[in-house]
Amino acid sequence: MSSAEPPSESAAAEARAALDAHAVETVAWHFHESTGCPFWLEKKSELKFDPLTEVTCYDDLKKFPEFEDEWLRGGPVRRWVPKGLADKPVYVFETGGTTGVPKSRIAIDDFRTDYSLFSDTLPDQYFPPGANWLMLGPSGPRRLRLAVEHLAQHRQGICFCIDLDPRWVIKCLKKGWIEQANAYKQHCIDQAITILTAGHDVKCLFGTPKLIEALCLELEERGTSLAECGITGIFSGGTEFTPQWTKFCVEELFGGPPEESGVYMTPTYGNTLMGLACSEPVTAENAYKITYHAPQPRAVLECVDFDDTDRVVGYGETGRSKLTTLTKEFFVPGFLERDEGEREPPCAAYPWDGISGVRPFSKLQGGTTVGVY
Amino acid sequence: MIELKSIRWGKPYESLDVEEVKHFYTGEPVARVHAVGGGIIQRDAKKAKYARKALQAIPPAELVDRLKKAGELFENGTLPIGDGVQTPDDFIAQQSATTGMPVSMCRANVAKNAFVLKNIDQILDCLTRGLSLDLLARGYGEEGRGVTVSYQATCDALGAVLPSNSPGVHTLWLPVIALQMGLVLKPGSSEPWTPYRVFAAMTEAGIPPEVFCLYNGAGSDIGGAILGSCRRAMIFGGPQTVDQYAGNERVQVHGPGYSKVLLGEDCVDDWEQHVDLMVDSVYRNGGRSCLNASSIYAPRHSKEIAEAVAAKLGPIEVLPPDNDEAGLAAFTIPGAAPAIWGSIENDAKADGVTHVTQAYGDRLVERDPVAYLRPVVMHHASHQSETRNKEQMFPMVNVVECPQDQMLRAIGPTLICSAITNDEAFRSDLINSIDIDRLNLGPIPTPQVDWLQPHEGNLIEFLYRSRALQLA
Repeated sequence: MSSAEPPSESAAAEARAALDAHAVETVAWHFHESTGCPFWLEKKSELKFDPLTEVTCYDDLKKFPEFEDEWLRGGPVRRWVPKGLADKPVYVFETGGTTGVPKSRIAIDDFRTDYSLFSDTLPDQYFPPGANWLMLGPSGPRRLRLAVEHLAQHRQGICFCIDLDPRWVIKCLKKGWIEQANAYKQHCIDQAITILTAGHDVKCLFGTPKLIEALCLELEERGTSLAECGITGIFSGGTEFTPQWTKFCVEELFGGPPEESGVYMTPTYGNTLMGLACSEPVTAENAYKITYHAPQPRAVLECVDFDDTDRVVGYGETGRSKLTTLTKEFFVPGFLERDEGEREPPCAAYPWDGISGVRPFSKLQGGTTVGVY
Repeated sequence: MIELKSIRWGKPYESLDVEEVKHFYTGEPVARVHAVGGGIIQRDAKKAKYARKALQAIPPAELVDRLKKAGELFENGTLPIGDGVQTPDDFIAQQSATTGMPVSMCRANVAKNAFVLKNIDQILDCLTRGLSLDLLARGYGEEGRGVTVSYQATCDALGAVLPSNSPGVHTLWLPVIALQMGLVLKPGSSEPWTPYRVFAAMTEAGIPPEVFCLYNGAGSDIGGAILGSCRRAMIFGGPQTVDQYAGNERVQVHGPGYSKVLLGEDCVDDWEQHVDLMVDSVYRNGGRSCLNASSIYAPRHSKEIAEAVAAKLGPIEVLPPDNDEAGLAAFTIPGAAPAIWGSIENDAKADGVTHVTQAYGDRLVERDPVAYLRPVVMHHASHQSETRNKEQMFPMVNVVECPQDQMLRAIGPTLICSAITNDEAFRSDLINSIDIDRLNLGPIPTPQVDWLQPHEGNLIEFLYRSRALQLA
């Protein structure tokens, strides 16, 4: 059975039951005086219901008011650390930050868990256990570098890293400093090629779409290719990851589908709050359609009506991406993302809803700089 | 509805990103265009040398003959466009439907582009200042006075990021094929029609299709890729675009024209003889092109001039696009016309500035989903008015009172200057002015183009460089 085929009724029911139980357990943890975090314990007094007794399934999370962006901006960040985990080492990861205060979240082990689980979805043929990795993307206060490095280590490999500061790139683009932005990109690509050609036996690559494209074009300019450099597996993420771009990569930059070129690419849709959504296989037969499924029950992605954000749209219909994070480290009910897409049905590999065609939320497009790294 | 695939060195490319180009008024889709990303352009750019080689295999005289035939086909032929066929009337109707331009203006632009192709030999003779095309093709030769001259091509293909507002600007890149260089074009998002029709006409006339690239898609991504990967490219845009590419020798930037009519001390008392010329300069082609006059300078009588021009332009009404008398184009970008009108109203509040067309009714005409702006005449009592040289995408003119000896300081950058004066000293100053690109001495409307004169930014100087070559 293909992973993209529909799930059995029992698989879907089991997944739903697991989600309901996990939602109750997570809320109980975050709102209990002995284990909860200061933010939610304080917020509890403002709620018109008791989360400890009135959340009996996932749908009960709709009782929470809409989660506000601003709650994640500014400190003290420790108010997000659950008492039950207070003795653990804590990381803070940020998103945004080009102007103003970035949104931040605390993390302890979530980023490792997300990527360990994601590792199980990677085919060993193209991501050989023990192979070394190259991480070509943002580091700094973002979780991506640590997460990809953990993924490589989890698969018994060693990760080489190239840094990229997306905040600087966004500033360049907003100021119209296109040449500087391109020079910075070239600087990153030059470092990547140095690593790839230095005998480190790198077979796997994480890269943002723009950097993968630039890397392939530069390798072509130098008379070589990713395959010739030894790369067999690529995982890449970003909202600009479109079917057309994937078609271009597979057909022209990689030299054909994996069975011909030996290069396999899987897209991901991840962020600081959610972890990593996995993709159904992306193939020419499916017109390179990219469908993501959240790592349920740790996170839930819903495709909701633009105005009535408690209403999930019908299958195939367009809606706004709404995220719920349900881990012991972090609880975020109903966070409205800056993305939109089409609601997709469950499949055998992921027996819960997915989302396809993810792109910047059209009503916000004027205010965001897209396709940064 | 026509499906327009992107063209990659002559081959149609089926994209998974397909965008609809819609009728400006009804919103009905008129074309589906296949969009590509910047990576494809960068990759294709490496093959530009093959386009040049394909054209170098054809003698220049043969290319000229084929381009002349293409001119006929462009004007009168029924041509394969995308997955359909297109008659000349279809072309005009489709162009009007997606740009908001009146049919009569679209028809006029067909004639303009066809003229350039049909007279390409004379146009090239003018652009090269009489240099033989064979000399450019060979790279060197004798000029006829015993001196060897040599010209080196600076690129294999010219890139062009084309606008949607004025199909007349396509005349600027049409001669490139005869110069044995390929064309990498980004059609305007609401005006893909002219590049596709030129491509069809040229290939029907025997120009190898593999010398053309036509890329549809997001302007910033594709534009950036074309300008970044072609060694020579032209772009059309506003002041911001001009600033961005100023001093970049790889890019020829065509910005606002800020074209002007100047009346000298010696002729200004005869201003009434020139009212029609001034109105024509402001109004022709819907006031949308860089050649349209945006300011008129006069040392006296400026108020009467403004009132006389307003009396002709002010009553012009918005007419349906298929009305032969229609002369105003719609603003198809939501909110654009009200925003421009708001800015004009604000400018009119300044001391010494008077809105002279006020008496002729509302200027902003909103016809959901589009809007129009009827002609505007502003009078500026002083040449120190901050807004005296503002240019808009509709017939709007600033009539400025300015002593003759202050004019050259006040006009600023000027693409076309029509100077009505017989004062030799003033004429000499105008000739020496580095702010003026094309100079018309005498009563010539600013949009009147002598095709035997090079337009802004001589194409030959952009695509070829003169160099030393010695033969043993």
